[in-house]
Amino acid sequence: MVLSNTFSKSDESIHSTFASRYVRTALPRFKMPENSIPKEAAFQIINDELMLDGNPRLNLASFVTTWMEPECDKLIMASINKNYVDMDEYPVTTELQNRCVNMIAHLFNAPLGEAEAAVGVGTVGSSEAIMLAGLAFKRKWQNKRKAEGKPYDKPNIVTGANVQVCWEKFARYFEVELKEVKLREDYLVMDPVKAVEMVDENTICVAAILGSTLNGEFEDVKLLNDLLVEKNKQTGWDTPIHVDAASGGFIAPFLYPELEWDFRLPLVKSINVSGHKYGLVYAGIGWVIWRSKDDLPEELIFHINYLGTDQPTFTLNFSKGSSQVIAQYYQLIRLGFEGYKNVMENCRENMLVLKAGLEKTGRFNIVSKDNGVPLVAFSLKNNSCHDEFEVSDYLRRFGWIVPAYTMPPDAQNVTVLRVVIREDFSRTLAERLVIDIQKVLHELDTLPSKITAKIALNGENADKNVTVVTKKSAIETQREITTVWRKFVMEKKKMNGVC
Amino acid sequence: MVITTTIPDSGEQLQPTFASRYVRTPVPKYKMPADPIPKEAAYQIINDELMLDGTPRLNLASFVTTWMEPECEKLMMAAINKNYVDMDEYPVTTELQNRCVNMIARLFNAPVGESDTAVGVGTVGSSEAIMLAGLAFKRKWQTKRKLEGKPYDKPNIVTGANVQVCWEKFARYFEVDLKEVKLSEGYYVMDPVKAVEMVDENTICVAAILGSTLTGEFENVKLLNELLTKKNKETGWDTPIHVDAASGGFIAPFIYPNLEWDFRLPLVKSINVSGHKYGLVYPGVGWVIWRTKEDLPEDLIFHINYLGSDQPTFTLNFSKGSSQIIAQYYQFVRLGFEGYKNVMENCLENARVLKEGIEKTGLFNIVSKEDGVPLVAFSLKDSSKYDVFEISGSLRRFGWIVPAYTMPPNAEHIAVLRVVIREDFSRALAERLISDIEKVMKEMETHPIRVSTKTAHVTATVDETQDGDDGGKKHIKKSARETPEEITTYWRKLVAGKRTGIC
Repeated sequence: MVLSNTFSKSDESIHSTFASRYVRTALPRFKMPENSIPKEAAFQIINDELMLDGNPRLNLASFVTTWMEPECDKLIMASINKNYVDMDEYPVTTELQNRCVNMIAHLFNAPLGEAEAAVGVGTVGSSEAIMLAGLAFKRKWQNKRKAEGKPYDKPNIVTGANVQVCWEKFARYFEVELKEVKLREDYLVMDPVKAVEMVDENTICVAAILGSTLNGEFEDVKLLNDLLVEKNKQTGWDTPIHVDAASGGFIAPFLYPELEWDFRLPLVKSINVSGHKYGLVYAGIGWVIWRSKDDLPEELIFHINYLGTDQPTFTLNFSKGSSQVIAQYYQLIRLGFEGYKNVMENCRENMLVLKAGLEKTGRFNIVSKDNGVPLVAFSLKNNSCHDEFEVSDYLRRFGWIVPAYTMPPDAQNVTVLRVVIREDFSRTLAERLVIDIQKVLHELDTLPSKITAKIALNGENADKNVTVVTKKSAIETQREITTVWRKFVMEKKKMNGVC
Repeated sequence: MVITTTIPDSGEQLQPTFASRYVRTPVPKYKMPADPIPKEAAYQIINDELMLDGTPRLNLASFVTTWMEPECEKLMMAAINKNYVDMDEYPVTTELQNRCVNMIARLFNAPVGESDTAVGVGTVGSSEAIMLAGLAFKRKWQTKRKLEGKPYDKPNIVTGANVQVCWEKFARYFEVDLKEVKLSEGYYVMDPVKAVEMVDENTICVAAILGSTLTGEFENVKLLNELLTKKNKETGWDTPIHVDAASGGFIAPFIYPNLEWDFRLPLVKSINVSGHKYGLVYPGVGWVIWRTKEDLPEDLIFHINYLGSDQPTFTLNFSKGSSQIIAQYYQFVRLGFEGYKNVMENCLENARVLKEGIEKTGLFNIVSKEDGVPLVAFSLKDSSKYDVFEISGSLRRFGWIVPAYTMPPNAEHIAVLRVVIREDFSRALAERLISDIEKVMKEMETHPIRVSTKTAHVTATVDETQDGDDGGKKHIKKSARETPEEITTYWRKLVAGKRTGIC
């Protein structure tokens, strides 16, 4: 009698993920793996590794939206396979983009007639928006100079040293010189007087920032406009203004409607804003609006013809997802003017709560202003023992990501910590952050700073020896070198290369 | 005794969406509405309008992926609030991007050692990738010319007239001259011989396409490399090659591994590929790979320093979502080489089935080749009674989006219909499309749109004039309706002439 073994080894496909062999093999890093693996295993492996990323909502370094309503998430997921550039295949999506452009143009007081279509486009972010705006200025200026028979090979742009890195990218990639107005310790944004002084015949535009990345301040666009109008009268150069309202564009109209910074000022020819900052949409959407058709040279626009319909396009990117455009439209009609205003007022209120809590510790100077982007930038009153970078490091242990930066020239001595208040940073989180900062300070206080540690170590031998030779231990030397190197690298680093 | 009523008014929140007032008010179009509306209403209004968009999966015009596994969608949704550029906050996501770059570089036989890091970056699409590659070439060439003391103000790039519109954008935005090799009837890609002839001292690179948008054909990069090597020896100009492998980059390595088109050819210095085409990811990711560090000028790279860690970046876009990068990595790990090969083989097989079905009607010429991107481009044998644009219009009624294009110069008289076979275009759909095409053709043959209306009107007017003075002459007077029709057809043909601007 033959006893056959009917107990078969269980089929691999029924193994639970963590029982299967897939979690024993190393994940491929440099070469595409030869064989396929089950989708559950692929999902689990990648999901697990991603657990070690920071928590987006606790990332207080970023202005970019980290929470949206579930209804909007549904719309986003449903349109994730729609290629936005297929205007003929997805006419409604294209229409939604056009509506957003019009709404934002009206929000910025663009001089449009009742049924006149606004000039603008959706982009992947403010970087693309700024590059398009800059291209338009460059081309307009070149055409003007060619018509005048003057040289047009050395265009430049005047900005503050506090600009976001994408202006530097624009300058370098599109071969435009960047003339930066240096900051001062007590004036951390672009000084309009100095800016206008720097304008020359090769200046294609002056770029002002509404909501500086470093301390949230709004630059004085009105003053810039007035001074530049005067200079233009004298020189006849007709230099225009661009407002980089990446953060401020969705704050000023709701919180400070009297502030004149947009198309109400005649020299402002284009404005960019990030939909994914205070436009309250996930990462991946920006907008650029031109004052009128004349401000966008026709030769930069491409006409794509699909099945007979003509659609003009002027973007750097071609194929991309439609989700964020639809999400932006959702927010505009879901919240409306009143809704956005409420959200911004909440942010400002929570910002004031955080600021008050920090001031109460008595250990910080507040560098940011009350009016501007809702953020709190603060520096230590006394950073001789421990500096802001250490505070930032220690806060990480509680889960908070609070960045520390040094200011760009000429204010490099100022180091700040910065907390951005987004829509989803509630009052409870603000209070919790204050408590955690106090805990961190307490810990740092008990920890000896590196100098005191050295002296303490040798203090015991002080009675025995006449001379106190402070002998450094191997680790101490290393630490000192690291600290010096770090400070050196920090200073060298372009701390204004920040988002 | 006061009787108080305890039944509250049914608040607006209780009303189902389609009973509420929100579906009665006009949708805001030009101005932001003053007041907020409930999220359910906002969702419903937008969702309903979007129903009138085309169905992505029936859009046979596009190469871009329209379906992914639910597991991957889960990962994408979870990562949608991660700003990809925050490298310090999301180190794992950054690491995944680097892994993808390395995998793709090795797939393209980049000369990197076992554990060396490849040079490349993830972009939003091939447009950004091409602009970055072009910028690198431009800067390298300028630096070289400055050293030689020669003028560097007139850079140009040599491509075929069949290039995708983003090359024209690159040329116009970055002030580079575009020298296009014209096509000819029967030869719809760039001729390497003519291309090399056009190269001069101001040429920053020659761009070859692996997978032409119009016919799916692979250009002969190997021949281009050989001819250009010879010319470089004579001239000393050292002109490099860029391969635009937007579609072909994820096809050739799996189906045609012996085809030499990538870094195996010494003059190829950079390659771009669309992750969202045959990389099988939703729209929004592309890749550009450079041969070595030397091919990417250091002064184009920006160093962003967050909390002490230095990360070099060289992209046009800054903030963007992380979902597509993670999805690309998912596909690499999930499918592996074997999986991608299987998917591509399926696509080719379904393309073959479709091609045979179309040939069987006897009314079409197949313009696309067997080898190349899995698509079928076909033209009418006889376009006198009706043309491909009308067929395209008729197919829409069945739900299919099949585009019709005219070729770029000098083949503008050829008009084709094109069906792209993506991963999710199954055999069943192919057979259904064939039967719908047959239905449309039957309609066209029996009731050609153009001719019938004209003859109808002509007969009407002829009857009228026969009573006229000049009984012998027949005035074919155009009706009021015909003139605008003719104008529209003429205008449409004129506008349709610029067919090179396609994805």
